[in-house]
Amino acid sequence: MTLTETRTDAVAPSASAAPRRQADAPALFEADDISIAFGGIKAVDGVTFDVAAGEIFAIVGPNGAGKSTIFNLISRIYEPTGGRLTFQGQDITNVPPHTIARRGIARTFQNIELFEHATVLDNLLIGRHCRAKPNIFAEMLFTPGVRRRELEHREAVEEVIDFLDLANYRDQRISGLPYGVRKVVELARALCARPKLLLLDEPASGLNTEETEEVAFWIDDIKNDLGITVIMIEHDMSLVSAVSNRVLALNNGRTLALGTPSEVQSNPAVIEAYLGGEAP
Amino acid sequence: MRILFKTSYLDDIRLFQHSGQVFWYGLLTVGLLLAPFVLGDFYVGELSYVFVLAIAGVGLMLLIGYTGLVSLGHGAFMAIGAYTNTYLITKGVPFLIAFPAAGLAALLAGVLIAVPANRMTGIYLAIATLAFSQIVEQLVIRWESVTRGFQGMPVPAPELFGHALARPWEFYYFCLAVLILVVLAAINLTRSPTGRAMVAIRDSEISAQSLGVNLVQYKTIAFALSAGITGLGGALLGHKMRFISPDAFNILLSIQLLLMVVVGGLGSIHGAILGAIFVGGLPQAIALMRDYLPPTIARTPGLEPGLFGVVMVSVVLFEPLGIYGRWLKIKAFFDYFPIYRRATFKRQRSYLKTERVR
Ligand SMILES: Nc1ncnc2c1ncn2[C@@H]1O[C@H](COP(=O)(O)OP(=O)(O)O)[C@@H](O)[C@H]1O
Ligand SMILES: [Mg+2]
Repeated sequence: MTLTETRTDAVAPSASAAPRRQADAPALFEADDISIAFGGIKAVDGVTFDVAAGEIFAIVGPNGAGKSTIFNLISRIYEPTGGRLTFQGQDITNVPPHTIARRGIARTFQNIELFEHATVLDNLLIGRHCRAKPNIFAEMLFTPGVRRRELEHREAVEEVIDFLDLANYRDQRISGLPYGVRKVVELARALCARPKLLLLDEPASGLNTEETEEVAFWIDDIKNDLGITVIMIEHDMSLVSAVSNRVLALNNGRTLALGTPSEVQSNPAVIEAYLGGEAP
Repeated sequence: MRILFKTSYLDDIRLFQHSGQVFWYGLLTVGLLLAPFVLGDFYVGELSYVFVLAIAGVGLMLLIGYTGLVSLGHGAFMAIGAYTNTYLITKGVPFLIAFPAAGLAALLAGVLIAVPANRMTGIYLAIATLAFSQIVEQLVIRWESVTRGFQGMPVPAPELFGHALARPWEFYYFCLAVLILVVLAAINLTRSPTGRAMVAIRDSEISAQSLGVNLVQYKTIAFALSAGITGLGGALLGHKMRFISPDAFNILLSIQLLLMVVVGGLGSIHGAILGAIFVGGLPQAIALMRDYLPPTIARTPGLEPGLFGVVMVSVVLFEPLGIYGRWLKIKAFFDYFPIYRRATFKRQRSYLKTERVR
């Protein structure tokens, strides 16, 4: 199965044995002192973290802490006012946003941004866009080459459909799908891009307990079977402690704590922020 | 009830999904090929007019229905196509070169308007395209050395390999051929990465971008292609009318084009063609009905534009998917016959729980 070819060789540090990434292993992704302000509000203020290949990295924090903004900075939707983003040793702080997917970073959105009026299959095929080499003249003639590449994309998409069990919804339009399925479709669409780094913005929000457990299994599979590194924003601390190797806690755009799930959960500043009241 | 068994991924890529479609589209083609033998010159001419509208409509559909960019000024691209074609022909350029050149000229104009259009959406884009069409109209009026201003220009019959397509049925077949080629190209595009990128931009620019779609590039492609195809339609419209003048390409034409794609059904090539049949056929239908209507209604001036308006508003209110959407529902009813549910086409409520209270 070609889906597994993207597996990276780096061994994921397991949550219990090796909480911090080894200093000698090069980081897959680094955010160095990134900041952004909207008007007077510093949504992200000097945040630094790095993510090793094969890691599952969680970002937690109360609403408005700046978590989604970090993803939008990585996707290059927002222009950082300071700092540096590095992916696979390359500086991506100033690259055009549409090149991010081709470099190997795919994402989901907190408010689900699917292509409403297209079918699940078409949504997933659009996920292949960064792996396609569109040639408009050949496409208008639908040359045998175009046909062959379409079949290749379709095969790649079907692997993801199998992986996430979406076969029943393949030909349905998004606008007719329930919320839980949409979340899975969005995850599937990101996987179709064959990313090395996957950004999940609240993958379990709005899901019930069983669906949340399913998400936990999928995230594990994504790491172990597909070898994809994951950065995940999540409120649900049980999901975070179940799957993630390290956690970054944010409040008001600033880092509160960075460490293993249990370290972060017992950090006084984190407890303070979650129980309300300003962190000192 | 029809059940489709798919045995290969090719089944989803194919032009025709099942033998029933092959049959019906084949029958339609045969019918259209035979039409000139049974219909008089008048109706053959009316059908060619519908084909011309459909060509322009497919162009506009790619922009509005597939990429989600509004244009209130597509009549201008028809004008550019018509004037380029006619000017080149009167300068002795063969039709077979002038015709594609007309499409190319409109295409380049489309690239030009895409530059500012890339920075706007929605109502601003609508106004910008409207302004563009006014500029083109003024240009056509003022640039007398090329367009002869209000005097207008006679358009000679198109000439293929030294043979003038002067008779209505000859022009009919030519328009039909162009329409089929344009429709095939458009359908091929919509089942390829470029067409899907356009749909992605329509439904969510932000995720299109995060999946690697270069927004500026694909919006420009959409404008260029749309304008080019509409320009080809314009060139043929010139031949159909045999005479072009600035008032043939005014704002009303742009609105008719918009009406076509909306009434026909946004987001499908079928919609563009059904819309063209509607817009091209309504005046005839009104003329036929006149004899049966009470004289006070039948003689009311402005009956046609009034009806256009009523239909447009009703479609937007009651059937946003247009004629084609209505047809799909009827077809689904028969396809699923005993088990059809009324809610099949209802949108699911998708609740969001983004603000979570902990
Ligand atoms: N495009 C924007 N314009 C203005 N303010 C923004 C924008 N995006 C985010 N913010 C602000 O930045 C802060 C962080 O938002 P966000 O990252 O979405 O929070 P969360 O951690 O809940 O995902 C909030 O105060 C929000 O209002
Ligand atoms: Mg958020």
